[in-house]
Amino acid sequence: MYIIIVGGGRLGHNLAKSLISQSYEVLVIEKDPELVDRINAELGSVALVGDGCEGKTLESAGARRADIFVSLTGEDEDNLVACQIARHHFNIPRTIARLLDERNEKLFKKLGIDVIINSTNIILEYIKHELPSPPVMHLLKGLEKDFEVVDITIPASAETVGRRVGELALPQGAILALIIRRDRTPLVLGIETLVQGEDQVIAVTRPEDEPSLRAALTGK
Amino acid sequence: MKVIIMGCSRVGARLAELLYRDGHQVTILDIKADSFRRLEQDFGGAALLGSGLDEAVLRRAGIETADAFITATQGDNRNIMAAQVARHIFNVPRVVCRIYDPLRRDLYSELGLETISSTTIVAQMIKEELTG
Repeated sequence: MYIIIVGGGRLGHNLAKSLISQSYEVLVIEKDPELVDRINAELGSVALVGDGCEGKTLESAGARRADIFVSLTGEDEDNLVACQIARHHFNIPRTIARLLDERNEKLFKKLGIDVIINSTNIILEYIKHELPSPPVMHLLKGLEKDFEVVDITIPASAETVGRRVGELALPQGAILALIIRRDRTPLVLGIETLVQGEDQVIAVTRPEDEPSLRAALTGK
Repeated sequence: MKVIIMGCSRVGARLAELLYRDGHQVTILDIKADSFRRLEQDFGGAALLGSGLDEAVLRRAGIETADAFITATQGDNRNIMAAQVARHIFNVPRVVCRIYDPLRRDLYSELGLETISSTTIVAQMIKEELTG
């Protein structure tokens, strides 16, 4: 599996490191020669100086045989265009873009970027998770464009506590995958499983069904 | 015709003036107020400070009723992204996008944008001038 990463900042550097440790073939394309030197000094010759939107750079990176293309620069327009070139000119089957301004998410989706990573939102989600209300936390988004994996904690006072999973009015297509009990034991759910206070439920849902899933699980 | 031009570059400013003189309703956008100095005194269209990548700014410029949207900033990717916003989010009937890089020019015209590469056009013209 060959993965091209555009952007050799902290994010790209660390991603490359982690993928290399899992034995993937990785190449980082970065404009700043200093960052390229830093990556090559640590990880071997895996980074090259260049513009990830330029045909010649991508050609010499062997983009035609890449399986995954990840664009992590600090500009939405660069990430969008790099992914479109990767997809449409080099026929790379899977494109992943970092998104900085979430107002652009609709456009990225419409233009067929496979996975959109909104780092600001991910951090906000983690912070929200630490707040007392029962939020829906996004674990994985856009894996298969139409679904996301979420984490919902059942408040101790929820009206669903003590009911069987089979009785919950879940939205169609939503799947409860796993419960992690208050004592941190993970449990695969069945229809007879009883909901307990402070259960952490990991579920798969369509984004638009999120409010009804939350309502079915927490009564709110 | 109601036209929005993104980028008060030399090309953007000149185009704005030409269209205005022909009686079109022109709004030109730029992120730097400084750039509007390129417009001539008698330009009677609107100059709006803001980014053409920002949907709120585009709405203020009247993109929902615009007949044409033209990108003329110095950045290819910025031009391409704004052109795709105009085309795919606001369904502007005519979108013309300036792209310097010939590869990107070819790719995005295949993807349905009207693209102009001054690099290719000017190089071609100079060559013709020289070789007849």
